[in-house]
Amino acid sequence: MEKSIKRYWPVFILPTMAAFMIGFVVPFLEGIYLSFCDFTTIKDASFVGLENYAKAISDKTFTHAFSFTTVFAIVTLVLINVLAFAVALALTQKIKGTNIFRTVFFMPNLIGGIVLGYVWQLIFDGILGKFDLALKLNAKFGFWGLVILICWQQIGYMMIVYIAGLQAIPGSLNEAAMIDGANARQRLFKITIPMMMPSITICTFLTITNSFKLFDQNLSLTSGEPMHQTEMMALNIYDTFYGHVGFEGVGQAKAVIFFIIVVAIGLIQLRATRDKEVQQ
Amino acid sequence: MKNKKSGIFATLFFTVISILFVAPIFVVLMNSFKRKAFISLSPFSMPDEKSYAGLENYVTSITKYEFVKAVGWTLFITVLSVIVILVCCSMCAWYITRVKNKLTKLIYLLCVFSMVIPFQMVMFTLSGTADSLHLNTPWGIVIVYLGFGAGLAVFMFCGFVKSIPIEIEEAAMIDGCNPIKTFFSVVLPIMKPTYISVGILEAMWIWNDFLLPYLVLDIKKFKTISIVVQYMKGSYGRVDMGAIMACLIMAIIPVIVFYLSCQKYIIKGVAAGAVKG
Repeated sequence: MEKSIKRYWPVFILPTMAAFMIGFVVPFLEGIYLSFCDFTTIKDASFVGLENYAKAISDKTFTHAFSFTTVFAIVTLVLINVLAFAVALALTQKIKGTNIFRTVFFMPNLIGGIVLGYVWQLIFDGILGKFDLALKLNAKFGFWGLVILICWQQIGYMMIVYIAGLQAIPGSLNEAAMIDGANARQRLFKITIPMMMPSITICTFLTITNSFKLFDQNLSLTSGEPMHQTEMMALNIYDTFYGHVGFEGVGQAKAVIFFIIVVAIGLIQLRATRDKEVQQ
Repeated sequence: MKNKKSGIFATLFFTVISILFVAPIFVVLMNSFKRKAFISLSPFSMPDEKSYAGLENYVTSITKYEFVKAVGWTLFITVLSVIVILVCCSMCAWYITRVKNKLTKLIYLLCVFSMVIPFQMVMFTLSGTADSLHLNTPWGIVIVYLGFGAGLAVFMFCGFVKSIPIEIEEAAMIDGCNPIKTFFSVVLPIMKPTYISVGILEAMWIWNDFLLPYLVLDIKKFKTISIVVQYMKGSYGRVDMGAIMACLIMAIIPVIVFYLSCQKYIIKGVAAGAVKG
């Protein structure tokens, strides 16, 4: 059977692979090459070695964006996962209206980042305006504003994943523990959480990578103001590319650094939580 | 007795939280009926006689900013891209799972790898490549979406194909089906739930995407919803808050209607997608 399928490769894999080459492989390899070049368009590139990387690392806005993003990722990682887990636990109990609550909590997830950013800008500036303050004038407000926005958007999504995980735990486990005299707290920490590790792995992975890759919400809510202080890595790279002429090489070098960081964090995180998963 | 009481308390608690959850959207809805001067002044008050603007903001955003056209292009790009991604990627995933060699293994690994790559890594070179291949139209961008969205789709389809017993396909082949017929009349119907999951995840991404269409499309001619909203807000000079509020509402309402009508599939799709991921 394998042989007869094999002859049909032009039908089965050619369209996807051609598009994959255009949309991913070629731009990716070109991107790595260009990070070692000085250029303004793809055609006038001249090789400059590691100069772009040196410039990227010594750029204060970039290192600030890195630490800002890291702190942001840690804060949202904890907040989103703890809250989503708690909500999932509550909504799998016998409470009236759980379906409606699930529907409401998931909804913000479907709205685009740009639109969400402007919705919240109105709310935050409306509240802060009462005290003669503004979102774009203080980096602290920008940071917490982004945190609230992302929690609002992603708690529902993670809640759905956690609910699916909770429903997959066989009820017999909890019953057995109850007969053995385990209290609610022991059951949570000794049964539910260990059994939920696959879901926890997925959700922590998604929240960390989402926070690192965050762009739309950052652009629309604060666009990095004041003075690049609320700029995250993705926006900083975008700004380097399209905000300053002649810095395209530096932008590309930053993008390569960014990509390595995202992949490394993803791998470390997966390894750390996968180890804690238990066999059923 | 105690349980019943705490149940009512929990319902009350979550009702309050739910109201807070949707409140921001209601504030925007309220403001979309106010005249622009009143929006930044008092965003939380209901429109009154002085500030009520009727449908003026909606009219401006439709006539001046061509919002309906943007909705049309967004819908066109999303629907076409999702269909193309589903058909091409499911075929590709079936092929690389059934034919085992070094090349198919490499393709699979590349697809997994491409899922974690941030878009900023390829944005400059991708927009250059797309320009030189004349993919800067709503038709051409479908190919870019197929290429950049292939990773997730192929990965999820592969996970499902592995669970289909190969005997069913062998039986079809012995009965005289060629691989194309086997795929479309045997494999495709079995994979229906996966098509729904992948379709929903890709549709959510493409509908809301901003940066890729912004960089790839010829935005003088074709704008998507996100691009129009960003363009209105980002244009220097006078920002028309009223029209923006109307646009935000018109961007949110179709999504909510779609969500409420296909809620069951969306929630299932997300849960299934995450478990595979």
